Amino acid sequence: MRKILVLFLCICITYTQVNAQDINVTGKVTDASGAPLNGAVIKVAASKATGITTNDGSFSIKVPAASRYLIVSFVGLEEMTVAITGKPLVIALKNSSNDLNEVVVVGYGTKLKKDVTGSVVSVGAKEIGNTPATSFESAIQGRAAGVAVSQQNGKLGQGINIKIRGTSSVTAGNEPLYVVDGIPLTTDNLSSNGAASNALADINMNDIENIQILKDASSTAIYGASASNGVVLITTKKGKAGTSRIDFNYFTGLQKPTGKREFMNAQQYVDYFKQAGAGAANQDFLAGFYPNLAAALAAYDTRIATRLTRYSAGNTDWQTAKVNTDWQEQSFQRAPLSQYDLNFSGGTEKTKFYISGQYLDQTGIIVRNSFKRYSARFNVDHQMKDWLTIGINLSFAKTNNFRVSNDNAFSTPLQIVALSPITPLIDPRTNLASGALDPATGNPNTNYPVYYNPLLSVLDASYTTSVNRTFGTTYGKVTFSKNLYFRTEFGIDQLNQVEENYNGKLTARNSGVPNGSGAYRTTQVLNLTTNNYFNYKKTFAVKHDVDILLGTSYTSRQFDFSSATGEQFPSDSYQKLINAASKTGASSSSTSSTLLSYFSRVGYKYNDKYLLNLTGRIDGSSRFGSNHKYGTFFGVSAAWIVTDEAFLNNVTWLKTLKIKAGYAGTGNDRIGDFAARGLYAGNAAYGGQAGQHPSQLANPNLKWEITYGSDIGIEAGLFNNRITIEVDYYEKNTSDLLLNKEIPGTSGFSIQTQNVGKLKNSGIEVSLNTVNVRNKNFSWTSNFNFSVNKNRITFLNGQVLGTGVNKAREGEPLGVFYAREFAGADPANGNALYYKNSPKSDGSLDRTTTSDYNAATDVKIGDPNPKFIYGFGNTMSYKGLDLDILLQGVAGNDIYNGGGQYMSASGSNGYDNQTTDQLAAWKKPGDITNVPEARLFYSNGTDPSSRFISKGSYLRVKAVTLGYNVSSAILRKLKIERFRVYVRAQNLFTITKYKGWDPEVNADYQASNINQGVDFYSAPQLKTIVFGINIGL
Amino acid sequence: MKNIFFKILIGVGIVTVISCNKSLDTKPTQSIDQTVALNTSSDVLVALTGAYADLGTATFYGGYPFIASELLANSGELNWSGTFQQFTQINNKAIPVDNSFVANTWLSGYTAINDVNNVLSALAVVEPAKGDRVEGEAKFIRAAVLFDLVRLYAKSWNDGDPASNDGVPIVLTPTLSITGDNQVTRSKVADVYAQILKDLTDAEAKLPVKNGFYATKVSAASLAARVYLQKADYTNAANAANRAISMAPAGGFSLKTVYADAFPNNVSANTTEDIFAMQVSSSSGNNSFQTFFSATSRGDIQINNAHIALYETGDARLGLFYTSGGSRYTGKFDYIYGNVHIIRLAEMYLVRAEANFRAGTSVGDSPMNDVNVIRTRAKLPPLSIAQVTLAAILKERKLELAFEGAALHDIKRTQGAIASFPWNSPKLVYPIPAREIRTNPNLTQNAGY
Repeated sequence: MRKILVLFLCICITYTQVNAQDINVTGKVTDASGAPLNGAVIKVAASKATGITTNDGSFSIKVPAASRYLIVSFVGLEEMTVAITGKPLVIALKNSSNDLNEVVVVGYGTKLKKDVTGSVVSVGAKEIGNTPATSFESAIQGRAAGVAVSQQNGKLGQGINIKIRGTSSVTAGNEPLYVVDGIPLTTDNLSSNGAASNALADINMNDIENIQILKDASSTAIYGASASNGVVLITTKKGKAGTSRIDFNYFTGLQKPTGKREFMNAQQYVDYFKQAGAGAANQDFLAGFYPNLAAALAAYDTRIATRLTRYSAGNTDWQTAKVNTDWQEQSFQRAPLSQYDLNFSGGTEKTKFYISGQYLDQTGIIVRNSFKRYSARFNVDHQMKDWLTIGINLSFAKTNNFRVSNDNAFSTPLQIVALSPITPLIDPRTNLASGALDPATGNPNTNYPVYYNPLLSVLDASYTTSVNRTFGTTYGKVTFSKNLYFRTEFGIDQLNQVEENYNGKLTARNSGVPNGSGAYRTTQVLNLTTNNYFNYKKTFAVKHDVDILLGTSYTSRQFDFSSATGEQFPSDSYQKLINAASKTGASSSSTSSTLLSYFSRVGYKYNDKYLLNLTGRIDGSSRFGSNHKYGTFFGVSAAWIVTDEAFLNNVTWLKTLKIKAGYAGTGNDRIGDFAARGLYAGNAAYGGQAGQHPSQLANPNLKWEITYGSDIGIEAGLFNNRITIEVDYYEKNTSDLLLNKEIPGTSGFSIQTQNVGKLKNSGIEVSLNTVNVRNKNFSWTSNFNFSVNKNRITFLNGQVLGTGVNKAREGEPLGVFYAREFAGADPANGNALYYKNSPKSDGSLDRTTTSDYNAATDVKIGDPNPKFIYGFGNTMSYKGLDLDILLQGVAGNDIYNGGGQYMSASGSNGYDNQTTDQLAAWKKPGDITNVPEARLFYSNGTDPSSRFISKGSYLRVKAVTLGYNVSSAILRKLKIERFRVYVRAQNLFTITKYKGWDPEVNADYQASNINQGVDFYSAPQLKTIVFGINIGL
Repeated sequence: MKNIFFKILIGVGIVTVISCNKSLDTKPTQSIDQTVALNTSSDVLVALTGAYADLGTATFYGGYPFIASELLANSGELNWSGTFQQFTQINNKAIPVDNSFVANTWLSGYTAINDVNNVLSALAVVEPAKGDRVEGEAKFIRAAVLFDLVRLYAKSWNDGDPASNDGVPIVLTPTLSITGDNQVTRSKVADVYAQILKDLTDAEAKLPVKNGFYATKVSAASLAARVYLQKADYTNAANAANRAISMAPAGGFSLKTVYADAFPNNVSANTTEDIFAMQVSSSSGNNSFQTFFSATSRGDIQINNAHIALYETGDARLGLFYTSGGSRYTGKFDYIYGNVHIIRLAEMYLVRAEANFRAGTSVGDSPMNDVNVIRTRAKLPPLSIAQVTLAAILKERKLELAFEGAALHDIKRTQGAIASFPWNSPKLVYPIPAREIRTNPNLTQNAGY
């Protein structure tokens, strides 16, 4: 390997030494503070010669003898032209003015950042690269104002929600549009285990050069009917002319759960359920089931002793609490992760390439959960002719996700906490895992332990999702003149997914099938897009800059599904369906949609100070009803660069000031492919005979949701741009909400998709960047971002949506928690009490309490939407050392513990082990407590209420990186260009009052636009510490 | 040269821009448009099959309404220890208006009604030879659904005046779009019973006596017997039960000689005793009785000594109980793919016995003989004429049909009590689901909610 590299380098060197008429120019490039710049690009005007600086900033370049100027550039700094003097040059590059010369990717093209009139936030490779997480969204959490990222739970490759400026839909898709190198990405949830998986986990985040998030309506309007939720533009890496880099990155480390819950031990459990039995006996007696209390107590004593004996593996160890199993610990495992990356990049002026390969091997913190990704990418651009450039970006990824059941399944590892601490891990009667074998039947136990033991699924079940994904784009750009070019893009996102699931004999109690059951499901997605557009740019009469885009786009999306299931396997050694004696099911289905668009954007700039942008798009979608096939979307935005005005010429402390405003209408077309049609489905077989039934009511008027958004913002750079501030205020009014409107069940249907409803988001975003210290040896920069979003549903046609405690209600934020208001235990008898909260004639609420759940009215008991979110990043470097700390937080939201009805239910809803706070249950008249009397199976206070609400605010030390760059002197000896070692931690530390596993949570099986902030045996997030190296040749 | 090439390219570019105007009319694959769904005789027949599939969902004839009947009627003969709060609430007779099982039983009932209303609306395209059968089956399903809805969601027939008590909405036309007309009102209990009996009379007239596992003349007569008994119309109940018993041989129905054989635990097929049963297999149908009663599944419902103590020694029906992990379970529903027994022939002997006894008639046979058919099969000594009392007939009925879903409705019509809850307690009536009240202001809520 080394030999080949040396040979390769020799060839390069030989090549550069061919021309004898050249002269040699040497020098050193530094930044404004004098620190050497590694990797600055040196070009020569009117020549192909290029060079690049080494670690100490020095360069040496052969240039034609006649050359007079060098052009020196470095990412993020201002480009400089320097005269060749014959002597070694010392070139100090200035900081570019507020990065305004930075090029920003906007839809169908790029713009200089200073020409951007909308609200766009960028996150670069530096922030994203080498984040020890499964997918790149984790890496932008806390880094961008207005972008709320939250992960449902700590299972790997699971759904992540990104909300850009709040949620703008109640039932249609709420995720942003993801566009990679110009082509929209398939992000549909393709999971069939009831918990969403994340289609973005197929992307190698180290391939990402930068992510631009288009936030305001005027920026996203170019994406028309797909744009309401914001647009995330991902640009992958390209080679740089004049470089030949080999980079190797590796990190390895361990992950742990961020938190745990406290449950009762064996003695507490036994005592508690005796108490719960006595409570229930008293109720039975009062209801007249027993002639006297003593008889009831005796009956319950026997019943509970029988149960405890059963759960204690058939013996009386429970009486002495001899066995004390901490089941929670059993749901976690040692969780190492490692990632290997090897990249080759470089090129010439004409041809640039980037080749990468990655292997991620991540073990989950939850037993039986792991994730592997193999990915490769090949990006190449070539200038064929002076008028023609072509390129291809091609990536391939294979991911294997070894998944666990959704949060609502008995087999999901964390539901293990429901098992009794008196139950031994190993059943002494069989010496097998508890529940594995009932000697009486020869089959797995059906009622021991108290519930199905999820460890049996660890032993004898698997659920593997493997995805092969090819994402490729090719383009050709024809330059007709220096003013006009035409670009054609063709992109393909092909995804083949296989889900294979086997539940062995040991899992019979859970699967309901005695001798093994298996399933095999495939999903094929083919998403084709072509974009074709002209761009015309010209400056008229010096002061008038015009930039016109005109184009069309066509997307076709095709999904094909198949599945087969079987039961009755000869043994657990046979897990393929060919071995199943009974083939219980087979299915194939498909769905498709098309989107045809025409778009245009006209930019006008006067005197570099006044900017105006107009955007228009017409979208035709197959999803819409026959009466509304085409939608038209317009946007307008303007900006004024105040600091370019003469009257501010003398104000030196204010380097830049831009004021901008925009307004646009955008749409949301994320509804079912055939939601507008009246349908019959043929999936109603009965007794082996084919059947069909009505499945959907027609709505020919169905169309896109429309969001009118406005944005006003300022961008300012103070004190030579050492402080930059961006402040934005926005409002988004969404109407024609696509709602699965509840309809009377007597119609034979429960919902119909209709365009009713309105909602509003408004908010403020502040982003502050400061250079606190910058000198030769030490630099310290900070970024602070803060966003407030206020979401309110203004019209729902009077209906209330939501099947759980989360509701969509008029006048409230989406997903607000609505349930009875819990009032603690009745001191007199231990009954759970609720505030009646029924409206009185004077309009106030009746604050008296009742133990009759039905007599109390639902009220707002909490809100899963944070009042604000924030991030605070600090980067420091001292000589070769660098330290990066990111704090991230959300505040003002509530969490509803959906599992509370079982785990924190004062033993009134089954033999589930209880959280220790339930020990405070009411015991005797006069007790003042919030925990009602324990009454076995009497659901005393277990119905949904504010009893299960907690505050969800948290502040996290999201990411900490401490790195060391080995000095160039040593590197020269080692003959390598870069060598960096680092330690990085994710989710290192969390400050929260939430008593559950982790406050960043939303139970996967029920997560939706409405259902947010619910904890249901959800796995905690991952606390990760890795050690890594980067080596560059 | 270069200029010409550019011009061509611009041309190609513009053509590309414009020519993409492909059809936006993608078609669904696994579903079809409602306008083409009921065009042929065969289309209507498969839609009728689809109605059975919807009837058999877990929340309807898959078993939930019957399990709910047993849980609401529970006063200690069984023990509920499940995690489904919806059934916990039902067992505790404290049902919140937003109990999702209550909502879903309503929804699946009306879904099946809409299915058969669609079928009935397309009778014109059914080939004449099959028209009567299709109409009969559709009306049988509609009657069956309405009957179970009205006895769960409304006051019992004998509780006050059925002509003024609110029943459930009667919907007789298919839903093709949503308008104000869909905000239907609750018909009176008596009107709902009248509609049920009208449908059953039509069904019995039009159905064949033999019809595979689909509804037959016998099933229509049997259901009518059940309905008449519930409304204490004993003459008609005896007549209908007698018609069912008389037609049984022609329909291929007969009592199993061994009681346990009426509850096979390894095959998904009707027994000869199943006058109507929902078909369950590994690929379709649901048997919720198995889910909740069987120790081979969730085993959430255990049988207490209070129930076992009711049997006489030697009763063969005792043999079906078994213990597992210290708890006792009924073995009636142990097969995961077992069919759901809706009406067994044995019930018809008990209906005829009771109705004849109460009416003082002997339509078909004497009450003594009918009860003894059941007792003899259970390996019990026959009752003498002196021993045949109403209490004896009702007890025989209770044990014969134990846990099959009759408990609540028998207590209501016989005006018994469930511990401290009298038979007419409003807590023993389902609430109208909260979602229905929300979506339809014309619906009234039941007393007690």
